[in-house]
Amino acid sequence: MSDRLEVLKTYKTYVGGKFPRSESNRIYRIENPGGKHIANACRCTRKDVRDAVVVARSAFDGWSGRSAYNRGQILYRIAEMLEGRKDQFVNELELLGAKKKNAQKEIEISIDRLIYYAGWTDKISQVFGTVNPVASSHFNFSMPEPTGVVGIIGPDESPLLSIVSLVAPVIACGNSCIILASTENPLSAVSFGEVLHASDVPAGVVNILTGNRDEMVNHLTTHMDVNAIFNAINDSETKKQLDENASISVKRVKHYSQSDWSEEKHENPYLILDFMETKTTWHPVGA
Amino acid sequence: MNKVSLPDFNQTIPIDQIGVEERVARLNSRSIKKESKVQGLKLALSMIDLTTLEGKDSEGKVIQLCSKAKKPYAPMPDLPTVAAVCVYPNMVSTAKKALNGSNINVASVATAFPSGMAKLQVKLDDTKFAVEQGADEVDMVISRGEFLKGNFSFVFDEIAAVKEACGDAHLKVILETGELETYENVRKASDIAMHAGADFIKTSTGKVSPAATQPVTLVMLEAIRDFYRETGKMIGMKPAGGIRKAKQALQYLVLVKETLGADWLTPDYFRFGASSLANDLLMQIVKQETGVYQSSNYFSND
Repeated sequence: MSDRLEVLKTYKTYVGGKFPRSESNRIYRIENPGGKHIANACRCTRKDVRDAVVVARSAFDGWSGRSAYNRGQILYRIAEMLEGRKDQFVNELELLGAKKKNAQKEIEISIDRLIYYAGWTDKISQVFGTVNPVASSHFNFSMPEPTGVVGIIGPDESPLLSIVSLVAPVIACGNSCIILASTENPLSAVSFGEVLHASDVPAGVVNILTGNRDEMVNHLTTHMDVNAIFNAINDSETKKQLDENASISVKRVKHYSQSDWSEEKHENPYLILDFMETKTTWHPVGA
Repeated sequence: MNKVSLPDFNQTIPIDQIGVEERVARLNSRSIKKESKVQGLKLALSMIDLTTLEGKDSEGKVIQLCSKAKKPYAPMPDLPTVAAVCVYPNMVSTAKKALNGSNINVASVATAFPSGMAKLQVKLDDTKFAVEQGADEVDMVISRGEFLKGNFSFVFDEIAAVKEACGDAHLKVILETGELETYENVRKASDIAMHAGADFIKTSTGKVSPAATQPVTLVMLEAIRDFYRETGKMIGMKPAGGIRKAKQALQYLVLVKETLGADWLTPDYFRFGASSLANDLLMQIVKQETGVYQSSNYFSND
């Protein structure tokens, strides 16, 4: 059997609850650190970004309108499904050159992190909402609400854990998102899409694009229909460009580049709050 | 026109369904970019019949629609206005007043729109009322039930009568192609409408699915071409319903150019019946100007 030609998987994108190829039909080679060709991934274009934003926008109302309790259930479900497919992710990370022990650890932390954020979905507005003392006869209260469509720019390190750490706080409070996966390490992100697909996450809430990040990042960050950017790339040029792009429609920008994604500090409700807007209501009451 | 004898409507002109669909598919693959795209988008904007035909329409809604018609996007005052505003007869006077001083026409649906299920006299009164209120254009529906029964002379006479009731107003005849079942029927209904005096033929009311499709439009455009060759009279075309995206609009313009030529590429001979198309065209125009993808949040809804 040694002369059998191995079939290399082409990892497709995850957009709108489906797994389409890039509209360009282009793919590129994914190699492990030793330079061995291990798989192919789609090379997405600005048009894929455009289509993904449309999908994410239309998914936003439904997702943010779900009860917080239900969003928690769904996040918990993602963790359950990930637990069930642990072996696949370990193999994939090993293929990319990770040690088995480290790969296992990365997946376990990913699962626990999802459960952590699942717990926060119905507590975030209790903890960060306030009743404000005012001098007139009004009942005055402030509640955090999801900001809308969030563009996530994934780093090259810890390909699964970093994506989980970036996505979980964003979707926990009801945002929808578009992820630009790492150019070199997109495989775990796409496989994570397969997990999301099997976890009751409504179509379009999480959309994952692969390809040459530099070809897409400007189109995503200038897009007027994107409300916030969650950037994990530590490159001063890129960050400056993102800030300038975001200023066009006054997007929220959170730069969040990390060297160690396994640290506990990434489990933090303030990361949820970074993608929420505070709405204050003045409700008249009888004097 | 008088010299031309009426064709025998009991004869059917065969339509090559596969051929029509393949031709549409091939024309759709044509790529229009940069400068020509911007021109096309602006042309499409100038061809829109901005439409509101809902039971819940109010004066306020119509006035708002009219201000959108006059000034599609305030930050770009040089944009063309739309061609017309299309409303129900009882909203015509409101629209007429709101559009005073502009070149925008008021179109009114009439003849028991959208079903057309009423007596001829009711339809004529409906038409006359719309024209009295000041409608520049009348959109009538044909009796599809009679047409499908094979009662072609009934349909012909009805259109001719409504045309007479219109007076100076332009008459657009809605075939409601979604109910005509076959391309042969679409072709036949087009021929009947044109011979009976239509100034425009229009695909749909927008109340029946499928509404306008490109193959149906191509069949109607070919009917217009053949009618022009026979009589020398230019008839306009209006696809309506289901055209929401700028890209579709450009594809329609290509169909018109390739079937009838550039003479038809003006609001006098080609219209889009649409409401949400206007915003998508605007968003694409602004995208071409700024290079940045737009959000519907920044464009007025009506």
